[in-house]
Amino acid sequence: MKILVCIKQVPDMESKFKIDAAGTWYDNADLAWRLNEYDEYAVEQAVRLKEQLGEGDITVLSIGPDKVKEAMKKALAMGCDRGVQVSDEAVSGKEPYQIASIVAAFAGDKNFDVIFTGMQSQDRGSGQVGVLIAEMLGMPSVTTVVDFNFEGGSVTAKRELEGGIKAMVKVATPALFTCQLGLNTPRYPTLPNIMKAKKKELLSIPVADLLKFEPRQQTAALYFPEKKGGGLVLEGEVGDLADQLVRILKEKTTVLS
Amino acid sequence: MKALLVAEYRDGQLLGSYQELIDFGGQLGAECAMFAVGSKDTLPAFDGTLYLADVSQVGEFDPDAHKQLLLGVIEQEQPDYIVFSHSSYGWDLAPRVAFSLKASQISEVVEISDGTMVVPVCNAKLRRQVKPNTPITVVTLQAGAFGLAEPPTGSPEVKEVAAVGSGPISFTGYEEAEAGGVDLSKSEVIVSAGRGVGKPENVAIIEDLAKALGGDYGASRPVVDSEWVEHNRQVGTTGQTVSPKLYVACGISGAIQHLAGMKKSEFIVAVNTDKDAPIGEAADVLVVADLKQFIPVLTEKIKGG
Repeated sequence: MKILVCIKQVPDMESKFKIDAAGTWYDNADLAWRLNEYDEYAVEQAVRLKEQLGEGDITVLSIGPDKVKEAMKKALAMGCDRGVQVSDEAVSGKEPYQIASIVAAFAGDKNFDVIFTGMQSQDRGSGQVGVLIAEMLGMPSVTTVVDFNFEGGSVTAKRELEGGIKAMVKVATPALFTCQLGLNTPRYPTLPNIMKAKKKELLSIPVADLLKFEPRQQTAALYFPEKKGGGLVLEGEVGDLADQLVRILKEKTTVLS
Repeated sequence: MKALLVAEYRDGQLLGSYQELIDFGGQLGAECAMFAVGSKDTLPAFDGTLYLADVSQVGEFDPDAHKQLLLGVIEQEQPDYIVFSHSSYGWDLAPRVAFSLKASQISEVVEISDGTMVVPVCNAKLRRQVKPNTPITVVTLQAGAFGLAEPPTGSPEVKEVAAVGSGPISFTGYEEAEAGGVDLSKSEVIVSAGRGVGKPENVAIIEDLAKALGGDYGASRPVVDSEWVEHNRQVGTTGQTVSPKLYVACGISGAIQHLAGMKKSEFIVAVNTDKDAPIGEAADVLVVADLKQFIPVLTEKIKGG
């Protein structure tokens, strides 16, 4: 079985963000980077599928500058077989349609049986790329997957809906799945696997070889939301903070009376 | 300008989110028509044309069939905007439609500003204004970002849309949310654990404070996904919606899905090391501290009266 996993490297969401000089994205400097959380579930599900079948070949693909190799190494250490970096210094300016078209151009003649993506990225969060890849490749896609079972060429999956309800669906492969948080428990790469991952193939392709589309949308501005105010911010030593909060709760609520 | 609003039905019932679509269409200044795969038994209060495909024939979840039906209506209506909710239905269907129309899709719109669509970035820490480069634009709306002050009135002129053949994905039914457990909707005090608790052992810190306050403890999604707290205590879009007298969010960053489940609480206290965490926007008081140090001290003071 041939499996493709698409991953993105994103900043840690706890980071202190700054706006870049153009005013259209966050400044990439001084940020801690990690594997997009949703994509960890995608990688884990791909590895589990290969383990279940006892055979298979997993390609992990990421678009971006050389630092995305760090995220790819994690995926390789988790059990992917080969990495493909689509080298692009300007990835943060690409919109979802362009990103999907790059992946589809790469995957076009490779006959992947199953493709996994995260359901969205933590930074841009469009939730479009997975479905668009599948539409471009003419394969079915199932989004927001929280349960995945492959048997006899078909996948039964559960989609997560609002209110904790799940929709049960069945689809024949080849197919694409976008992974929701909680789909599985992503493994921690072990030290021997981290060492092994260093020897795995990691191919680099210039983005110009794969991208043939102009952007369908543009960012006019990026900015911090206005603080709506109202909220009191308390800082200081924990004992003082606790005293202050108890006082406030006695004043403003009835729960301590 | 014309907009086509895509309403949703779940288990045969029309979802109230269609009102948000109407509000958005109004703010856009568009002439609106509506589309749904639903049932004549529950119709939206809407003055306009409703293109209705019969859910008993099409099925509630068949993205390829729904896409085909929608494309047929778009062909007739020639809308400039196609408007979905940013929901499990909307974010699934919208990109399929956008792809077929060669349209730009702008996801999770929270506001229209200066003729651009405003969307959240990085867990709502940032906002982005987006402009489409295409003649047709598909948008999905963040839940709760739009909505009418008064319930809409009117009744639609229903135009039936003939069913089409089913797509490659077969829908075999719904699985209900895990039943039983804790009903947090009646709790007067809820103390919730977020990712900031760090490890499962620390959930006890949260439980202790909840006990001292005579309330219940809850959790945000990452804590439930990590199986540190059972799902029936999850607060948020895919868990429970709560409105206690006091909600204490401990180490919860404040993703929109969590906020949707607790923002109606009467008084909200957030404890977070990140002063810029979006939870601060919803909180009456934000205590900037490490919950592992702060909460035990607070619990002792409350116990001591």
